[in-house]
Order: sequence, then structure tokens, then C-alpha cells
Amino acid sequence: MLVEEIRKSFPGLAGTVYSRPLVYFDNAATAMRPIRVISKLEDLSYNHNANIHRAVHRLSAEATEEYENTRDSVQKYLNARSREEIVFTSGTTAAVNLAAFCFGESFIRHGDEILVSEAEHHSNLVPWQMMCERKGAVLKKLPIEDDGTVSLDVLVRMLTPATKLFCVAHITNTLGIENPLKDIVNICHSKNCPVFADGAQGIVHSRTDVQETGVDFYSFSGHKVYAATGTGVLYGRKELLEKMPPYMGGGEMVGTVKFTGTTYAPLPGKFEAGTQNINAIPTLVPALEMAEAMRDTELEKYCEGVSEYIFDALTSNPRIRLFGVPRGAQKKAPIFSFVVDGVHHEDIALILDKMGIAVRSGQMCAEPVMDRFGVTGMVRASLAPYNTMEEAESFIRALERAIKMLS
Amino acid sequence: METSLEEVKKQVVEDFSLYDEWLDKYEYLIELGKALENYPEEKKTDDRLIKGCQSRVWLDYWVKDGRIWFSADSDAIITKGIISMLISVYSGRTPEEIAGDDFGFVEEIGLKENLSPTRANGLASMIDKIKAVAAENVQS
Ligand SMILES: Cc1ncc(COP(=O)(O)O)c(C=O)c1O
Repeated sequence: MLVEEIRKSFPGLAGTVYSRPLVYFDNAATAMRPIRVISKLEDLSYNHNANIHRAVHRLSAEATEEYENTRDSVQKYLNARSREEIVFTSGTTAAVNLAAFCFGESFIRHGDEILVSEAEHHSNLVPWQMMCERKGAVLKKLPIEDDGTVSLDVLVRMLTPATKLFCVAHITNTLGIENPLKDIVNICHSKNCPVFADGAQGIVHSRTDVQETGVDFYSFSGHKVYAATGTGVLYGRKELLEKMPPYMGGGEMVGTVKFTGTTYAPLPGKFEAGTQNINAIPTLVPALEMAEAMRDTELEKYCEGVSEYIFDALTSNPRIRLFGVPRGAQKKAPIFSFVVDGVHHEDIALILDKMGIAVRSGQMCAEPVMDRFGVTGMVRASLAPYNTMEEAESFIRALERAIKMLS
Repeated sequence: METSLEEVKKQVVEDFSLYDEWLDKYEYLIELGKALENYPEEKKTDDRLIKGCQSRVWLDYWVKDGRIWFSADSDAIITKGIISMLISVYSGRTPEEIAGDDFGFVEEIGLKENLSPTRANGLASMIDKIKAVAAENVQS
């Protein structure tokens, strides 16, 4: 498959900014949406708009089918054992908050420990911190290495009998490092510690198999993997989800409701209170199909070439410091965060913007990572499989020009 | 005869209108930033920081003979250019003049809509801070 073909499916890529062709390198923040996702959203709004599960009428049955079929697709995609392990949320943040609250209620006592990697997005840190405060538990930081990786030796040392959960990104949003989930899970499970993997970036750049890796929880946002915004997934191992209390109370999540007491719906309904994002959730189906299609060998090879080109250009410039360059065998996703000696990250991003190149600058919702590397912020260029070599070249040229202007 | 505030603003708008391309306008801002005089290190204190900017911007001021004088710095050069442009207009003006001004010339330059949303907030925060300083010093 050729990149030109794929690009035709993403109308957002054809845009111009300041009359220059857009180079969209902020995919880690949100990805572009393919036509099939946009059409799906439209189709549901036009033709199948009804509330799900509740009514006997035809339209409701159609909407319910779309929604529940999506659960099957996600189950297959993640290779979860059962569809009940797939809970729909509004995104990664909502998924982590749900997990943190409910897991905390069931499993965390005063003095327990939650271990969180230092390289996490705030979404996979703050909810755990809030839960620890509520339960009188201790939040512990697993320090990352200079190359941005999680050391398994350090992990072994940090796990104590009191550690009740390890929270780690599948792929980190700043450094783009892919953590070896399977090894991490093996280590943690040998010490009876479950693992929560934040898959917001992992779902985009890696294969995710929850059975093969053995993770206990996995979360992701639809919008980063080409689906509509306001969609997301929490995967949880059934044994754990079953022991966890509901998160929000309301319609849909109940068995019987009396003023004297309420019973809750079985999984996954227990965690899906109220009307969900029923028009948008089904866009996960074409989105994940798209993600799958882009795992084409020819295209992957091309993407590797693009990545290598950027990597080489950034690492060969003595003024640029690229973060998250694994010394070992860990893989790096095409997420490039860097600083330029003597130049503010925001200035770089502003000048690149004027040349039509969209990158991110700042703390990237990962302040501890900035502190770890002693910077106030970074510039991040994050690619998707639809980005081209020409775009990469234009990014590097623009970056060089920006550095010159700002020096 | 001193130049009036209106004339100074008009001059700034004219200066920027020389550049058609956004990139060139930014190049000009960078020059303004680089030209901003040395701001003393010891005045880079938290109470002089303008809140609401992605980069750090310090604004110091003093009142002499009924006029407000500003000096500023930032760790980002474009922000520094913007604050430099603002204080070149408002430094040495009376509190009444500044407090009574609508800062509309900023929109004429087109800076407001052309800066990223966070940056636009930064610009708004800079303007708010200058206005607040003026308001504090208006003789009632
Ligand atoms: C690794 C990681 N975790 C969590 C999030 C939060 O995702 P969302 O804002 O979609 O909930 C992001 C996205 O910014 C991310 O990259």
C-alpha cells in the first residue's frame, strides 16, 4: 500500500495554513479522521439515531446493534477474552479515572502502594494520586532511565508486598518509548501486582494483545486512533472488573432500583451509566480497521524510512537534544521530543506553524518528564503512518530555518 | 513636542505593515525581542511574572514624574518581541493615557488572531497586566 493512497482517505491532511501546505505532525495529540469515520458518524446521526438498549422500536435496535458490534470489534482488536471486558468511556482520561476510583474502592487500603512510572501523561498519574489521597495509600514513582526507558531491574527492586498496582504507558506520549509490557507483566504478576497499561499511544503505534501481554487493564482514546472524539475504551480483566463497584450511578447501569436499595447491571453495563456517546462510539470500528490496514508491510517499511530520516536529522544536529533514544532493544514510536540549545520550545513551534508545520510545544501533559530532564518544555513532532517523506524533509528544512532565525 | 500615544501606535502598525508574510512579521518580532535591553536577573521574580503565558514573561515598572516606565524580559524570544513592542508604546505614558487606551492597535497588526490560542492568552495577559498597572496608578 502506498502512502498517497492512504492520504486520500484523510481529508484533513489536504489542508493549507497561511497558504502553505499543512504538515500535520501533532498526531500524538489527536489524529486525523478518515472519511469512513466521518461518514459513520453522519450515518448514525442521519439514519440510526435512537437511544440504545432501552426501546423495542426498530431504530433503537439498529443503534444498539451498532454500539454492541463495536464492543465485539474492540474485543477482537485487543484480543480480550470476553466482550464484557470492554467498557466504553469518553477517552483515556475517563478510563483511567474510572479504573482508579473503582479499583481503589475495592482493592486499596491504608498504607498500600501504587507504583507509577515517571514518564506518564498526567492522565495516568493524577487519577492515581487522587485515589491514593482518598484511600491513605502511597503513590510511588518508578524513576525512568536517562534514555527514557523503564528499567526492569529497577521495577523488580521497587515492587514490595504493599504494591497493589503498577501504572505504565504502553508507549509514552513524550518520549515515544515502547515499554515491554509482557516482561513488565511477568515481573509484576510474580509479585501479585496487577498492571495498568495506558494505551493512548500504544494503540496507534503497536499491536495490542491483552492476553499475550497479560495486562490487567488497558485504556485508549478513540480520537488518537482515527475515531471520533469523545470515544474511548477501558479494558479490564473480568475477575477484577467484577469485584469493582460501579463508578457513576444512573440509568442503564442498574438491575433493579428501589428506594430501599439498587442492584447493578452485569458487566460491562455496570460501568456505563447514562446515555453513552452512542453516535460516536461506532466510529471505532472503521477507525480500528483503518489502523489495521495501515499496518501493511510496504507502508510500514516506508514509515520506518521516514522515521529514520527524522531521527538521523535530529540526532546529527549538535544543537538539538532528542529525548527518549533507547540504548537497548526498546522500540521507539515516531514521536520525537526535543529541545534546541539556547532556543525556547515555544518559539520553534510558532515559527514552524508559520511555515505550515503543526507540532506541539510545552510540557505535553507530562511535567514530571520535563523535570526529569531539566527542561521547561520540549518541541514534539509526532507522526502517523499517513505522513510522508516530503513532509519530513520539509519539517527538517523548516526546523533548520527556524533555528537560524531564532539564534 | 513629544509624540502622542496615537502617533506611536500608528507608527508600530505601519512598521508591521511593511511585512506581507507572517514569517517576516515574526522575524521582525524576533528582532524586537533581541533588541530589548538587559533586564536585571534579580528582577526575574515570581511576583513580576505575568500569569497565563506558556513562556515566562517578567514585567517590572516604576513611576517617575507622573509617568509609568516599563521594563520586561522573557525566556522566549517571540514573546519578548511582543512585550518589547507593547512597552515601547506604553512606557513613559501617564497612567490616565494607558488606562484610557483600548489597545486596539494590536488587532490592527493582526497579532491577536495570528497567535496560537495559548499565545493569544499570553498577549491578553500582557495587555491586562499593563492596564492593571495603569489603573493602580491613576490619581483619583
Ligand atoms: C499516553 C497518553 N495518555 C493519556 C492521554 C490522554 O488522552 P485523552 O486526553 O484523550 O483522555 C494521552 C493524550 O494526550 C496520552 O498520549
